[in-house]
Amino acid sequence: MRTTSDMKITIGHLYPDLLNLYGDRGNVACMMKRCLWRGIQAETIEFNTGDSIDFGKLDIVLLGGGSDREQRIVCQELKKIRNQFRDYIENNGVVIAVCGGYQLLGKYYQTDAGRIEGLSLLDIYTEQGEERLIGNIILKSRLSDIPVVGFENHKGRTYINSCRPFGRVLYGAGNDGKSGYEGIIYKNVLGTYLHGPLLPKNSQICDWLLERALKRKYGTVQLEELDDRLERVANAYICRRFIKKKWGRNMRYKIENAAGGI
Amino acid sequence: MKLRSIAAVWAAKITEKVCVHIFHRQGATWAGRIALLISPTVLSELSEQVRRGSFAVCGTNGKTTVNNLLCKALEAEGSSVICNYTGSNMLNGVAAAFVLGAKTNGRLDADYACIEIDEAAAREVFTHFKPNQMVLTNLFRDQLDRYGEIDTTMDILNKAIRFVPPMKLIVNGDDPLSTYLALMSGSDYVTYGISEPVHTGRNTQEIREGRFCRYCGTQLAYRFYHYGQLGDYHCPGCGFKRPELEFAGRNVELYDGLSFTVGGKWFRSSQRGFYNVYNILAAYAAVRTAGLKAGNFRKVLSDFHPKNGRMEEFFAGDTRILLNLAKNPTGFNQNIDVVLQDEQYKELIIAVNDNEQDGTDISWLWDVDFERLGEIEGGSVTVSGIRCRDLMLRLKYAGIHAELEQDVEKALHRHIAEGSKNLYVLVNYTALFDTRNLLKRICEEEHK
Repeated sequence: MRTTSDMKITIGHLYPDLLNLYGDRGNVACMMKRCLWRGIQAETIEFNTGDSIDFGKLDIVLLGGGSDREQRIVCQELKKIRNQFRDYIENNGVVIAVCGGYQLLGKYYQTDAGRIEGLSLLDIYTEQGEERLIGNIILKSRLSDIPVVGFENHKGRTYINSCRPFGRVLYGAGNDGKSGYEGIIYKNVLGTYLHGPLLPKNSQICDWLLERALKRKYGTVQLEELDDRLERVANAYICRRFIKKKWGRNMRYKIENAAGGI
Repeated sequence: MKLRSIAAVWAAKITEKVCVHIFHRQGATWAGRIALLISPTVLSELSEQVRRGSFAVCGTNGKTTVNNLLCKALEAEGSSVICNYTGSNMLNGVAAAFVLGAKTNGRLDADYACIEIDEAAAREVFTHFKPNQMVLTNLFRDQLDRYGEIDTTMDILNKAIRFVPPMKLIVNGDDPLSTYLALMSGSDYVTYGISEPVHTGRNTQEIREGRFCRYCGTQLAYRFYHYGQLGDYHCPGCGFKRPELEFAGRNVELYDGLSFTVGGKWFRSSQRGFYNVYNILAAYAAVRTAGLKAGNFRKVLSDFHPKNGRMEEFFAGDTRILLNLAKNPTGFNQNIDVVLQDEQYKELIIAVNDNEQDGTDISWLWDVDFERLGEIEGGSVTVSGIRCRDLMLRLKYAGIHAELEQDVEKALHRHIAEGSKNLYVLVNYTALFDTRNLLKRICEEEHK
């Protein structure tokens, strides 16, 4: 088996010049550091508007959030490479798409000011709702044995049809505020409204993305454990603060146990 | 003046006294609220009595400093001024400034009003208070959960400006977003800015807002940046560019305070932070635009020591403590500059809360260049406040070891007890008031 030092992950950060809301840089930093801490080489390439993108060189694609105006510009850009992007996804390419980026992967986003056409890479669509859904959010996801925590801020209601959600909402609104689900997992694509940013406080989600990317590139991999005490403490704080009442002592014990001492 | 409004003035004055003397809290918000409840027209009745001119101060960063400095500068010219100097900048706070400044017969004796206004409250405040001049300091990302995207803030401000009778804007020309807003609003405007590059020795990866021309969508080109998106910009697509600066700062020096020239006059301040050059320029431009010569401005600057937690200095035993507000990425990056410019051994407490007024979304911590704190040799960093754990994790990614102490009071006492000489305390909005009171108390006890 290969040693990790021979491995390299290349992250493509798409349009950070337009989609850079809500600490997206934290997601990039998290993926980079968690590779480097394990001796895996990591590189991030930023693609700004007008740059050509070779998906063949990328192991993880990050698409962040932006304002509606910026989202329209990005969509125009992405249309030009839609087919390459689709092939990348169908070929198990890893994608993390947050908020505006998540909406863009779907068929469309219907706003009061008209329809923003999406890339139709996923069988989902978004409609603008009345209220903005803003606040801390907590999920139970199969990708992490502790709850996933983050912050959501979206006016769109995303409907995922029969797709598999990223998680079940324990606290907060999620995709549409009603279904009780949040985000989507399709092949190795993770689409979600969670920023905060998502990955630093949910290190298992970060590792899931890294593992998928490494597996696709190198076959089997076993990621080395890292010291995640700080990550777990920050995660557990949010859980304790927002779900202590709903969840009994049992869950609390579990969360605190997972966090360990610091 | 309606009898009701006189009653409102009285009630507000009593409320404020009760808040301050019995509850030991700032009473402005409550006083204003009660006054408006008793007489919904009290604010418009009083603000119409201002004799010579009214200023609104808006923008993301620097409102309180600009507003207070402007107030002092106008007073130094022999004027009487109404000012919401505590920084209570929503409708209630604005109303409070007027009712508490009014006489008991409901009359207002003021030549000018200097009123800072929260961007989100501008439209509502303007239904009562119609300024003739408005200072627009800058537009940065701030509290995205409260204000929404920066586009939303610009939209709100544009509507608010168009809502009142034509007023003159005093706008930061180095900021393409503020300049665009001034142009879009169709208002008459004057500009201030810093016309030449300043050596700050910084190398940052800052998030820059408004990288694309608001007119044509082309990426803006810069001859130089000061910080954030502030600098000398132009659009290669449509020709939009930094306007001619009427009040152009030059010869900026950032050593032991700051100094610069504008229109051949040299100014110096013991205030630190590059951003204070902009704050001072904004106030100066406003005074001059009001038609005053500002002959006493130099003295005003040297006497200007706002006691409001903005770069406020405290001494406890051998410990010098510098308290400052930092509530968004640009503000924080500027603070980090100030800390780095100090060559003495220093320690740092950073406190971040996520209460309603702070914005409950703290993801902006990842847009702050904390990595640069790594340039500090020695010295400790303590994280505090409600979201200290997030801050600690953020610092882990910046490669900086931090100590965790959620309680700011304990963190302060520990540093003082351990004999820290030079302590910086950076806090966001809701942590400011309590931390400041705490420091005042600690210092008073020390000096007994």
